[in-house]
Amino acid sequence: MTTAVRLQNIHKRFGALEVLRGITLEAQEGEVLSLLGSSGSGKSTLLRCINMLEIPNDGDVWVAGEAVKFRAGRQGQSRTVDTAQIDRLRSRIGMVFQSFNLWPHLTILENVIEAPIHVLKRPRSECIQEARDLLERVGIGDKAQYYPAHLSGGQQQRAAIARALAMHPNLMLFDEPTSALDPELVGGVLRVIRSLAEEGRTMLVVTHEMAFARDVSSRVIFLHKGEVEADGPPEDVFTNSSSPHFQQFLGREARTE
Amino acid sequence: MNLEFIGQTLVTLLAGIPITLELAALAIAGGALLGFAIALMRLSQHPFLYVSAWLYVQIIRSTPLLVLLFLIYYGLGQFSALRSSFLWPVLKQAYWCAVIALVINGSAFAAEIFRGGLLSVGRKEVEAARACGMSGILLYRRIVFPLAIRQALPAYSNEMVAMVKATSLASLVTLMDVTGIAASIASSTYQPIPVFVAAGAIYLLINTLLTRAVRALEYRLTPHLRPAQYATASAVTEAGVTPT
Repeated sequence: MTTAVRLQNIHKRFGALEVLRGITLEAQEGEVLSLLGSSGSGKSTLLRCINMLEIPNDGDVWVAGEAVKFRAGRQGQSRTVDTAQIDRLRSRIGMVFQSFNLWPHLTILENVIEAPIHVLKRPRSECIQEARDLLERVGIGDKAQYYPAHLSGGQQQRAAIARALAMHPNLMLFDEPTSALDPELVGGVLRVIRSLAEEGRTMLVVTHEMAFARDVSSRVIFLHKGEVEADGPPEDVFTNSSSPHFQQFLGREARTE
Repeated sequence: MNLEFIGQTLVTLLAGIPITLELAALAIAGGALLGFAIALMRLSQHPFLYVSAWLYVQIIRSTPLLVLLFLIYYGLGQFSALRSSFLWPVLKQAYWCAVIALVINGSAFAAEIFRGGLLSVGRKEVEAARACGMSGILLYRRIVFPLAIRQALPAYSNEMVAMVKATSLASLVTLMDVTGIAASIASSTYQPIPVFVAAGAIYLLINTLLTRAVRALEYRLTPHLRPAQYATASAVTEAGVTPT
């Protein structure tokens, strides 16, 4: 097995607040990792450190065996990255956001073909054909000509998943993909994500869906105050975790579900 | 007041329309381009860029266009270095002085409008584009600018109307635009009211067509803001995507 992502001693601060306090984590190809933790535990920030939407203050990141090159920032400023390298790495990492982040002025089809055409420079007709297949696959084949505002949240999120898949990513990052959805729309989106997991894609999923984490992921990571408190197969973590914080967290989640 | 005289005057004034339209078109296009560059400078992280852009906008916005025009038309000739430079063949012509004054004036207002448009572009849309591997010019060209222009267009249409009207000042530096011709007819016939009413009617017509055109463009650019049944068909052909 090859390593899809490796994070080594990641620190991230926002001003005086230290959100990530030295996180080390590896994901092998084909693994599905669920990142759990109460709000403020740093799980979204950690995910965003993988594609450099947040630049960690300290620590190293490898994506598909390639080390992200950091340059020391000027006095008092955080590090910077090499834009060309980051653009290239990002084009191979699909990201799905909590609030979909579709481009409102483009149709669903145009949203899906935008980056393949303009970032990967693939032929337009080929991209359109593939986009239609992807939209079909996520269950919104009939919505290609609509604009994001005309779709429900669940449909928008499925469009966003299709947009990420259109780049043929080696790695998919999901940042609380169902948290902004009405309860009755959550199931449809989770089914799509589950089907991606089943075809062996490497995925990191920040989620509050405990059943999803338990059933679908190959590993569960529990973050508490910016540190990894539990890491292992779901059956181990959910049943045997010795972390008192994780037990508290499970109790709170069970009450809100 | 006789109708025949108004009719004759209108026909004579038609000769001034091309120059009025030329001045307006150059001012709008030049003002938009320069204004966009200044808006980008205003939003840059670089202190020298944003301070100088801010200063430019403050000064130009607060200076009457007529003062700026007189400074360029009457003032630049005072510099002998300029008179002997390669720029003089352009700068000695009233036409180009008027274009330059209009562009500079318009750019300050356009810069503020575009700055507002650029600031309105959501962090989320930009982040989604970055996550797909877009950055720099590609990100601006494909995502930021198309979203900003949709936001800025309604405000910019006001600015375009103001620009069309501002071209009339060019008549004060000898140009025979619609206002220039009207002024000369008025002074030779002593009938200012019908002459300037006719001139006003021409500006009304130009601005009516202009605002209609901008509204039509706005409509084409914003199908996503309309209910789905009015939005889907036109949008797809606009982007050149063939529906199956």
